[in-house]
Amino acid sequence: MEHRKPEKAGNGATQGMPGKPADSDKPGWANGLKQLYNSVVDEPLPESFKDLIERLDDAD
Amino acid sequence: MSGDVRTAAEKADFKRELTEVIPHLRAFARGLCGRPDMADDLVQETMLKAWAAQDRFQPGTSMRAWTFVILRNAYLTDMRRNRFRGEYDEGVAERILNAPAGQEEPIHLADLQRALQTLPPERREALLLVGAGGFSYEEAAEICGCAVGTIKSRVGRARSALTSMLDEGKLPGRASTDGDAQQEILMELEKVAAGEGQTEPIK
Repeated sequence: MEHRKPEKAGNGATQGMPGKPADSDKPGWANGLKQLYNSVVDEPLPESFKDLIERLDDAD
Repeated sequence: MSGDVRTAAEKADFKRELTEVIPHLRAFARGLCGRPDMADDLVQETMLKAWAAQDRFQPGTSMRAWTFVILRNAYLTDMRRNRFRGEYDEGVAERILNAPAGQEEPIHLADLQRALQTLPPERREALLLVGAGGFSYEEAAEICGCAVGTIKSRVGRARSALTSMLDEGKLPGRASTDGDAQQEILMELEKVAAGEGQTEPIK
């Protein structure tokens, strides 16, 4: 299951860069770490964040 | 707040990019401090700081990396004030455990989340950046303001600690903050307090 999140916000050059950690030799929990992260990324955005974004312009 | 004022279009771009990274900020914060409510507070604090400092963002560079720096600095500051110790996210762990399994999952994610929270914060963040966020060692080193070798070492130590806890079944008690783990956290924090490892591009 390759569930790596390609991310939109820049950082697109990560793949194949020197120093990119190898995918081999992973312990059993390594995939779980990505699942934990991605499960939050996939959550719908709470209203409080939408409100905050809208209010940002007023902060100036 | 110097003379370099952004145009309305630039501000709109910044806002859009900032909005796009919120899910990643929430995921990083959740991994760092465990509890969803505190993590979201941290993200909101980060967004306000990022907005206030937007003149220092270089358009075209990674918004995710830039905001992660702000978030981890805010987190480490809060850690020093004793807020996030020994917390972990029961909500996420439960939801995942109840979700249909895509494949055989030998590790309970609740255990993983708990084990993660026992790591010293700097190892936890290094592991999250590289192992969950998909950053290279070089990128993680920039975010944490330390040498690449330091990141590699932190990730390596975090990995072996988790492997020992999870694959070998040496799980600490829930929300364990006493004993060696606590001691280690305090030692790491001493170093952070002494200025090692904490970057401060944003106040």
